[in-house]
Amino acid sequence: MSRIIKSLVVPAHPHPYLCPDANQGWANIRAGFDEARRQIEESDADLLIIYSTLWPSIIGHQIISDPNPEWIFVDHDFHDLGSIPYSLNIDAQFAKDWDAANKARGLQSRCVNYHGFPIDGGSVVALKLLNPDNRIPAVICSSNVYANRAETTVLAKACTDAVEASGKKAIAVVIMSMSNRMFTQPVSPDEDAIHSLKDDEWNQKILEFLGEGRLEDLAQLSRTIQGQIRVQKVVSFKPMWWLSAINGQHNNFNGQVLAYEALHGAGGAVVVLDPSEGGIGDKEFDEDDVENYLGDRNVLDAVTEDSIVIEEQSLAEFDSLVLKTLAKEESGPELWQGTEGENLVNTDAAPKPVGPYPHARRIGDLLYLSGVGPRQAQTNSIPGGPIKDENGTPLDYDIEAQTRACIENIKVILEASGSGIDKVLDVTSFLVDMDRDFKGYNKVYSEYFQDVGATRTTLAVRALPTPIAVELKVIASL
Amino acid sequence: MGGGKIVAGIIAPHPPHLIYAENPPQNEPKSEGGWEQLRWGYERMRESLEEVDYDVIVILSPHWQTYVGTHFLGVENFKSLSVDPVFPNLFRFNYDMQVDIELAKAIHDQAEADGMAVKMMENPDFRVDYGTIVSCHLTRPDWDKPIVSISSNRSRHYYSVEVMQEMMMQLGESTRKAIEASGKRVLLIASNSLSHRHFTTESAIPEDMSKEHITSHAMHLWDMRILDLMREGKTQQVVDEMPEFIEQAISENDGGSLTWMFSALEMPTYSPLMHGYGTIIGTGNVIMEWQHEKKGGI
Repeated sequence: MSRIIKSLVVPAHPHPYLCPDANQGWANIRAGFDEARRQIEESDADLLIIYSTLWPSIIGHQIISDPNPEWIFVDHDFHDLGSIPYSLNIDAQFAKDWDAANKARGLQSRCVNYHGFPIDGGSVVALKLLNPDNRIPAVICSSNVYANRAETTVLAKACTDAVEASGKKAIAVVIMSMSNRMFTQPVSPDEDAIHSLKDDEWNQKILEFLGEGRLEDLAQLSRTIQGQIRVQKVVSFKPMWWLSAINGQHNNFNGQVLAYEALHGAGGAVVVLDPSEGGIGDKEFDEDDVENYLGDRNVLDAVTEDSIVIEEQSLAEFDSLVLKTLAKEESGPELWQGTEGENLVNTDAAPKPVGPYPHARRIGDLLYLSGVGPRQAQTNSIPGGPIKDENGTPLDYDIEAQTRACIENIKVILEASGSGIDKVLDVTSFLVDMDRDFKGYNKVYSEYFQDVGATRTTLAVRALPTPIAVELKVIASL
Repeated sequence: MGGGKIVAGIIAPHPPHLIYAENPPQNEPKSEGGWEQLRWGYERMRESLEEVDYDVIVILSPHWQTYVGTHFLGVENFKSLSVDPVFPNLFRFNYDMQVDIELAKAIHDQAEADGMAVKMMENPDFRVDYGTIVSCHLTRPDWDKPIVSISSNRSRHYYSVEVMQEMMMQLGESTRKAIEASGKRVLLIASNSLSHRHFTTESAIPEDMSKEHITSHAMHLWDMRILDLMREGKTQQVVDEMPEFIEQAISENDGGSLTWMFSALEMPTYSPLMHGYGTIIGTGNVIMEWQHEKKGGI
C-alpha cells in the first residue's frame, strides 16, 4: 500500500489567489483549489510534497529545509496584481531525509535553508490555497533544468524511499501549466482565453487521461506534449514523470478534474488523483525503468574514453565497467560485487564492497552488517573529502560529513534488509584519528542514535582500506 | 531637453560566483577567492570607467524574465536581501539601490510610442533580480549611480531568436531616443554570459579553480568566434549569427541584452576594449567595453 494517498495537479499563476473575482474562469480555478483543500483536510495526510516547475535548478535538485520560510512574493510579470506575504510550515527533517535518499540513489541534491530564500510563486500560491493554516507540514523540491526522464524518475523514487522510511502519509502536488503559452500582450480579465484552439484541444486530451486515472500513460507522452503545446521556457514538461514515479508508475487512479480554465492564455487545471484498486489498466507501453541515477554529464571531472562506451554496453558489462572506472578514478582498492547467497543482503544503494563479502547477513532474528564507511553508492566519492590524496599526502576533511554519510549508508542497508535504524542493537565504530575526530563523530552519532539505546564501542585504528576517517559495524534486530 | 548621450556600453556578466569570490561586506557567504581572471577584468573595466563621466546606469538583465511585454523598475529605492534561487550557498546579498524613475519612464513611454508592449513595475515589495544586482555591483561597487533596470522579454521562447532580435533592436532604438531626449549621460550594461552550458555538479569548494573550465571545446570555439567578431567591430555580423550562436552554444544572449545594447549603440564598428574572459561553472563570460563617446558615438 503506497503511502502517497492522494496526488494533485495545480496551476502556477497567482491570479486565482490574488484576484479570483476579476474573471469567472479564475474564480472557477479558485473553487477547484477550495475543493482540493477540502479533500486534503478530510484526509489523514501528514505531509504535502511539492514539485514545482517554477523553481528551476542547475546543480541537481534543491529541497527547502528552512522550517519556517517567510517573505513576500511578487510575481515578475503580474506584479501589479499585488503581493503575497507568506510564512510556511516546512518538514525540515523530511527534507533532509529526501536529500539523503537522493544521494543514496546517485543524484546531485542539496537542502536549502537560508533566510530570505525566494520560494517560487507556484509553491506559495498552492500552499496558501491548499493549506492556508499550515496545518500539514510541506516540503518543496526544485525542477532541474537539465534533468531527463531518468533523473526525474529517480528523484521521485528517492522521495518514495524517504516517505516509506518516515511512515508518513503524504499528498504529492505538482505545480504546472498544461499548455503554457501566455498572451504576450496585456489582456483585460474578461478577454482571457486559452491561447489557441490547438492548445485547448491538447489540454482537453491531457485532462481526459487524468480524468481516467491514466497517469503513467500521460507520463509516457511527456515529450510529445512538450513539443506540441509547450513553449520552451526554462523547465520543460517533466512533472508527470515525477508524479507517476512517486505513485509507482501505473494507471490505477480515480481522477477528478476540478477545474480547467485560461490563465492569461495558458491552460490551468486543478486535478485530484486518488489511488484505486482497479482502473483503466496497466501501462499500454513502457520505457526503461530506472532505480539509480548513474549520471550522464559528469563534466566536472575528466571523462575517460572508457566511459564514452557505456551506452553501448549490456547491463552486466556496464556494471563491470563502472566498477573498473570508479576504482581507477579513486586509485583505491578494487571494488567488488556483494557476495550473493541465502540470507545475504546487497543493495545498489550502498557503496560497493572492497572484498568478497555482502552488505549484510540475516541469522534468525538478527542482522549483521559488514563495516560501512561514507563512500557514495554510485560515485564512490567521499562526502567531507578523503583523508589523503593518491600520493598519501594528508588532506583536510569533514568528519561530521563523513559520519553522516556513513550512517546514511547504514540506514539504506538496514532498510533493504527489512530492519531500521531504530532496531540497531550494537555499534562498533572505527576512527583513524580519535583525538581529532571523536567530538565531531559523536555529535552526528547522537543525532541518529540518541534514543535508540544501542550499545557502542569506539576504537582507534591506524588505517581503513579506503581514504576515509570513520567506519561503523552494526548488529540489528529484524 | 535633448543633449543626452550614451557614453559607453559594456558586457558585464552576472554569475553570483564573482560576488562570492570578491567577498564584499554586503554578501553573507565568504570565500577564498576564485575566478580571478574575470574579477581582474572587472577591475580593469572599473579603472577604465573612472575616466568616463556618466549620470545613470541602464541595464537589461536576463534574470528578470517577463513574458507579457518589457518591464521597467519604477520604484525610487529598493533595499532588501537577494538570495540566488540557484546558488543560494554563494549569493545572499544585501542591496540598496536608487532607481532613475524619470529615465525609466521616458524609455517606457518611448518604447510604447514605438509600438512595444511595456509596463512599469511599481510594487514596492518586488525583489530585484540577482543579475541586475551582480552586474551593477561589479561595475560600480559604491552604488552611487541611479539605475534603470529593464526586464528580459522572453520572445525568443515564444517565437524565435529572430523575433527576439527584432524586438530588441526596436527597444535599443527606443532606449537611445529616450536617452538623447533626457539630457543625461548614460552607461549601458548588457548583463549576460556568452556560451551558457553549466556544469551540473559543484565542487566541494565552489571556488576550487582546479575544477573550472569551459564545458566543451565547441563552446570555447563559439565564444572565441563571437569575441573575435566583436573585437573586429563586426557587431552586425554578431547579430546576424546570433540564432546559430544561441542554438549551438545555448547562449544567454537569448535574453536579448546584447542585441539591445548594440542597437542602442547604433551597431558600433569600432573595436571595444577587451577587459577579460573566463569561465564560471563551465559557462563562457567576457567583460568588454565600447568607449562610445571616446570613439565618436552620439
